[in-house]
Amino acid sequence: MSDFALLIDYKYCTGCHVCEVSCRKEHDIPLEEWGIKLTELGPVKMQDKWLWDYLPVPSDLCDLCEARVAEGKKPACVHHCLASCMELVPVEDLGRVMAEHGPKVTAFMPR
Amino acid sequence: MSERIIDCGDGVIKCRTCAWSPPGDHPVGCGMYLTVKDGKVVDVEGDPDHPITKGRLCVRCLTLPEYMYNEKRVLTPLKRAKEDRGKDKWVAITWDEALDIIEEKVNWIKENWGAESIVAFQGTGREATLYKTPLAYAALGTPNSCFPMSGDSCYGPRCSVADFILGAGYPELDYAAYFPDRYDDPRYEVPKYIVLWGKDPLFSNPDGFFGHALIDLMKLGSKFIVIDPRVTWCAAHAEYHLQLRPGTDAALGLGMINYIIENDLYDHDFVENWCYGFDELKERAAQYPLDKVEEITWVPADTIAAASRAVAENHPSSFMWGLAIDTNANGVQAGHTVLILAAILGDLDVPGGVTLAVPASFMGKWRYECAQQLPPGMMEKQITDLEHYRGFQAAHVIAHPDCILNTLETDEPYPLKMAWFYATNGVANTTNAQGKRWFKALEKMEFNVCQDVFLTPTAMGLCDLFLPVTTFAEHDGMVLPHFGRNTHMVMAMNKVCEVGDCKSDLEIDFLVGKRLNPSAWPWDNVADFFTEQLHNGGVDMTFEDLQDDGWLQMPFEYKKYEKGLLRPDGEPGFNTPTGLVELCSSLYADWGEDPLPYFEENKLTPYTPGREDLARDYPLVLTTGGRETTSFHSEHRQVPSLRAIMPDPLVQINPETAAKYGIKDGDWVCIENPLGKAIEKAQITPTVDPRVIHAQHGWWYPEQDPEAPNLNGVWKSNINSLIPHQAIGRIGFGAPFKNVACRIYKVDGLDALGTLDPDSPEGAIGTDPASYVATKEA
Ligand code: SF4
Ligand code: SF4
Ligand code: SF4
Repeated sequence: MSDFALLIDYKYCTGCHVCEVSCRKEHDIPLEEWGIKLTELGPVKMQDKWLWDYLPVPSDLCDLCEARVAEGKKPACVHHCLASCMELVPVEDLGRVMAEHGPKVTAFMPR
Repeated sequence: MSERIIDCGDGVIKCRTCAWSPPGDHPVGCGMYLTVKDGKVVDVEGDPDHPITKGRLCVRCLTLPEYMYNEKRVLTPLKRAKEDRGKDKWVAITWDEALDIIEEKVNWIKENWGAESIVAFQGTGREATLYKTPLAYAALGTPNSCFPMSGDSCYGPRCSVADFILGAGYPELDYAAYFPDRYDDPRYEVPKYIVLWGKDPLFSNPDGFFGHALIDLMKLGSKFIVIDPRVTWCAAHAEYHLQLRPGTDAALGLGMINYIIENDLYDHDFVENWCYGFDELKERAAQYPLDKVEEITWVPADTIAAASRAVAENHPSSFMWGLAIDTNANGVQAGHTVLILAAILGDLDVPGGVTLAVPASFMGKWRYECAQQLPPGMMEKQITDLEHYRGFQAAHVIAHPDCILNTLETDEPYPLKMAWFYATNGVANTTNAQGKRWFKALEKMEFNVCQDVFLTPTAMGLCDLFLPVTTFAEHDGMVLPHFGRNTHMVMAMNKVCEVGDCKSDLEIDFLVGKRLNPSAWPWDNVADFFTEQLHNGGVDMTFEDLQDDGWLQMPFEYKKYEKGLLRPDGEPGFNTPTGLVELCSSLYADWGEDPLPYFEENKLTPYTPGREDLARDYPLVLTTGGRETTSFHSEHRQVPSLRAIMPDPLVQINPETAAKYGIKDGDWVCIENPLGKAIEKAQITPTVDPRVIHAQHGWWYPEQDPEAPNLNGVWKSNINSLIPHQAIGRIGFGAPFKNVACRIYKVDGLDALGTLDPDSPEGAIGTDPASYVATKEA
């Protein structure tokens, strides 16, 4: 298991597709496969309030950009995310970092 | 600051640059490193040191190599015989031969019909917006430089209104763009509310504003008030969403002004010291009580009141106005109301409010000198109807787009014989209203040139010579956000490689200029030219210095009106005739326009007075122009990774409306009105009102047959076929690209009605009293 998790502060995710495309470029992933894929909740009006959330979900192809991280760089998706709402976080710090981000935050441990 | 070039060994280098175009984009200048291996760009990575973008990039630059090395890209100049227009019978030639042809044809046209019979067209957003008019004036010698969008409906109207009312450059949300330490600068304050008026900046990056700066501000506590007929992502995350009927912005603005004045929520000090015409404004606004405004705009009165109060009681707050202000025959008035709100609430040029700027002199002096290159009497031949559009002319040095189409169709006051399509795929559906009329008129021309990256339908259908343009990775250049009208940073675009035998727009200007009018083009290379521009702009550095540094953030002062920094005479105040913010314009009456804002319906809607026929037969409001991250208007359709995300043109329809017309998600739908038809794919969504549909624009199909009549399917989803010609505002601005009547019905597919070309029965050009047709004088 990796020591890191991919945290998504999805209250800010605008669905810009940058994570998908930057991952595809970084890892040469063909168009019919995905390293990370956007999901969408809504847009729907519930109890008079709009819900429209995007959330990218890493696939089995996500290696948390091991090679980049070893070079001291951020994962390609984290680096380029237009909303700066992704972060690579050591698993042991997850609880604290998630709490710092407030509501609508989640984390993935794809491996 | 980051290094310009990083040597990675093994012949691999990383080169820093700031992007503009092509591929098409506004001058955002996102910072990035391009990895070059064996002379080819193999990777794109954001530059974390760039003060605005901080490493972030959108999908269009991330996929740049797919655009640069696309199999459909043109890599040498091409010529084709005039009788072969529409056929894929291009012949590769050298630049010398291309220049010989240009010289011969231009001279022939000038001798027979005069230089004024040449017209140069541009598109929107790209660098070409800076370099096309100089080509027209200082190389071709024609006064007819034209942005062919009906009513000049993109940026020009807002800039003109800002000029008339504030005497300033483009008013922009203060996002600390001028400060190296950005939001942390002690001078800066985070806006409490940001009003997004007819604007969805996340994916449009309008005019050089980095859209996701809104998310930065959201994290710092800014709240949104969104005024938009659609529920956008920002609207869904806003504190208030005013979901107005398209085109009723001026009524909403007047209602807000009235509420704010009636409830004494305005900034008395600012109004007394810096505004002109408050009493007149108050009286006019009183005609727009909220119950009446609700009836016009569909926005509940209590929502308008609550949003007005929120923005009035929380300072600083800011306003961003979008393209919806321009694409509206009543837009000059709508824009006026937005500026009035920012002014009377005291949010102009304060930290966290709306920044004002004096237009930068970087390119200004040069552009002015280019206009001086026209021989005496030539500027007077420029095609603009001065009986009606003196307001347009007061703000612009270019020909009026609607008047140009009238001239193309009637040969009055004189025939046009040659067109130069400067980075514009005009007949695709972004700029030109009723593009088929333009196409038919332009078919008559003696000689047409296109300079672009791909063989677009405009090139394939109309042109005789094609000049291939470099992408931003292949040329040196300068990025000027807001095209110089509120420029927080000057950035260097650095050439990192070559692809084929292409030239930048500016290099083409140089080549053509040196052939046709050498004295106006004295520079040996673009670097010398840019160094001179920097010096003219008061920056003591060479272009090479800028390339090494990457960018230069400009100095900024708040409250310039108090310090005498907005007026050339150095007096405090605004650079308007009264020296004040003109709540009531001192200019408009002379141009035949009401000096105060008012609401008026556009001409081709189901709500247009006297058009019960439209209400009956075309009951839905069609709005267009919403942006996707995967394209810049008609560009990027041939980039596989982007097309995979957005494969088809989408028309958004409310579930209730879709059910009524028997349309399901994914069905192909024909959108029709008296002027024409377009076919798009249904996206059933509650984000539009049941009475409104939204259709994407800018679609053509690079994968389809490029030859006429199909022309890459450019007429099939051509939504601008439904937009009237010259249904514009009184002083020449604003066409209803976002507000026309239509009906919808299911069809069998994108090809259900054939190519929809103007010579086919299904695609025939329609008429309506709202769409002007000029007639030749007897
Ligand atoms: S961490 Fe790397 S591999 Fe995983 S989704 Fe992001 S870019 Fe792809
Ligand atoms: S890059 Fe960031 S903002 Fe864009 S879709 Fe992915 S997570 Fe969302
Ligand atoms: S907004 Fe997108 S296309 Fe424009 S320069 Fe930035 S990354 Fe490139």
